[in-house]
Amino acid sequence: MFIYLLKRLMRLLGLWLALITLTFGLRLVIPGDPVEALFVNQPTDPQVIAEVRHEFGLDQPLPVQYFNYLANVVQGDLGKSLITRRPVLSEISDRYFKTVLLAGAGLILALIFGIGSGVLAVWIKNRAFETGLTALNLVLLSMPGFWLGLLLLDWFSVQLGWLPVLSENELVQLILPALTLGLISGALLSRVVKAQLLEVLNQDYIKTARAKGLTGRAVLIRHALKNALTPVLTLVGLQFGALMGGAIIVENVFAWPGLGQLAVQAINQRDYPIIQGLVLLTATTYVVVNTIVDLLYHWLDPRIQKPG
Amino acid sequence: MITGFVVKSESGSNEPLRNRVRASSFWRRLLANPAAWLGGFLMLLLITTALSAPVIAFYPYDKINPTQSLQPPSWQHPFGTDKLGRDMFSRVVFGAQLALQIGLVALVIALGGGLVIGLASGYLKGWTDGVLMGLMDLMLSFPPVLLALIITYVLGPGFGSLMLAVGLSPVPGLARLVRGQVLSLSAKDYVLAAQAIGASPSRIMLRTILPNILTPVIVLGTVLFPEAILAGAGLSFIGLGAQPPSPDWGVLLLDGRTYLVEAPWLVNFPGLAILLVVLGSNLSGTALREALSPKP
Repeated sequence: MFIYLLKRLMRLLGLWLALITLTFGLRLVIPGDPVEALFVNQPTDPQVIAEVRHEFGLDQPLPVQYFNYLANVVQGDLGKSLITRRPVLSEISDRYFKTVLLAGAGLILALIFGIGSGVLAVWIKNRAFETGLTALNLVLLSMPGFWLGLLLLDWFSVQLGWLPVLSENELVQLILPALTLGLISGALLSRVVKAQLLEVLNQDYIKTARAKGLTGRAVLIRHALKNALTPVLTLVGLQFGALMGGAIIVENVFAWPGLGQLAVQAINQRDYPIIQGLVLLTATTYVVVNTIVDLLYHWLDPRIQKPG
Repeated sequence: MITGFVVKSESGSNEPLRNRVRASSFWRRLLANPAAWLGGFLMLLLITTALSAPVIAFYPYDKINPTQSLQPPSWQHPFGTDKLGRDMFSRVVFGAQLALQIGLVALVIALGGGLVIGLASGYLKGWTDGVLMGLMDLMLSFPPVLLALIITYVLGPGFGSLMLAVGLSPVPGLARLVRGQVLSLSAKDYVLAAQAIGASPSRIMLRTILPNILTPVIVLGTVLFPEAILAGAGLSFIGLGAQPPSPDWGVLLLDGRTYLVEAPWLVNFPGLAILLVVLGSNLSGTALREALSPKP
């Protein structure tokens, strides 16, 4: 286990270095000079451009820029915005936590919906319920999240008036976007949980448990569920990424101040330091979450010996 | 089970019997599946709507008519009108063209990229494999939407980069799948035999290995089309894809969400259009998968 842990951490470190290199490269691959693009509509003294370029360290040779970037990132300095001149970290951090909070809340709801409905379908063994659930899951998985969000907003806030459209209370404001993400992601989990449970229930050890006289429900909860959920765990890591992406789009519907608006603005303004910071932070989160999931998986099911 | 012996059919072709048995049971399984019929119907609806948009739309999609602003659905305007008095039915119908285009272009990019990288990586091995798979791993460390955002940033927002972004995002996953398949086939006797008779690597990759990995690739490919349409609409919805006055369904939802309360038809018809198309391609995909690889 320890060796495995070490190997995973080394891999994580390697990937992270590659990520930093790639985010550094993001500035180089876009056409045109980012500083000249800033002054595109006004005649500007070359002196001013040179000063701005110096301010952002762009007048140094590329390898020097790279190592400066690397050293800064390692120390937690992501540079400053080309437009506002404020540190990238302070522009991003608040919105980053909002996005992670939304994705996390969506994931919790997805797990509740997904595991709940999957277990329920196997538990009550009702044909109509099962067909209904399958159809509902299919529709939810085919729905654009932002439209589902608009529908929920219309039902709960406008028609029923249960929730305010805009609220001072962050938790109240979080309910609908988290519900939107949770419903869609939950539909996927529900499918997998149900399929896994049905598969596990066919295994010999379940038959043994039944043979020694345990009731169907005890077998389902105590023996089958735990084993059925192990493969679901891998999906949870991937779903977290999907949820962060979903959050970036769905937040638009609910005036949730996450990374999405900032990303769109930075892309339109070609504010490369913001993009770099945003990409690095989001990808790092995704990679770390998936490494943790992998380690958990390994710990839960030691039979799996993944090549390092 | 009959495995691989050759019968002379009446036309004199040497098609292995196995292939014909497989093909006929494929169609039988497919046509017995109600999901295939519903999915096929919805896909057909998309394709006919897209192809005949200029005929069935009552108005050009960008025809502004200020006197008809925000009209609810009626006989003249089955899907109502938007703020500028544009006919929503015409806009949704022309949007079908764009949706079909996004789905198909993305599918071609994803399959092409995935196959080329996967085949090269799996068959050539060595440093090609190392570099390509390292790159794919790096791309996989981004959540899919973020990858699309990066591509949009590099290329600049617009419909073209939208298609490229949603087409390129699934390439790493596909490339890894193809590589895995290629690796497991490389040791098979018929590949070794092809090598022994001196076939060139490109011939072995294209003529010997490729046909044998197509089934799992098609299976994965069936989810690419609906995912591309969903992702494309999402990008347009946050303002990074197609730009107004384009009738792209994501743009329609973005335009309409301001009038959610007084004119809900502005978001509901394009939303329903996306739902039906994605549902249709998901159903067709599932039916195709089940017919290709039946569970015992």
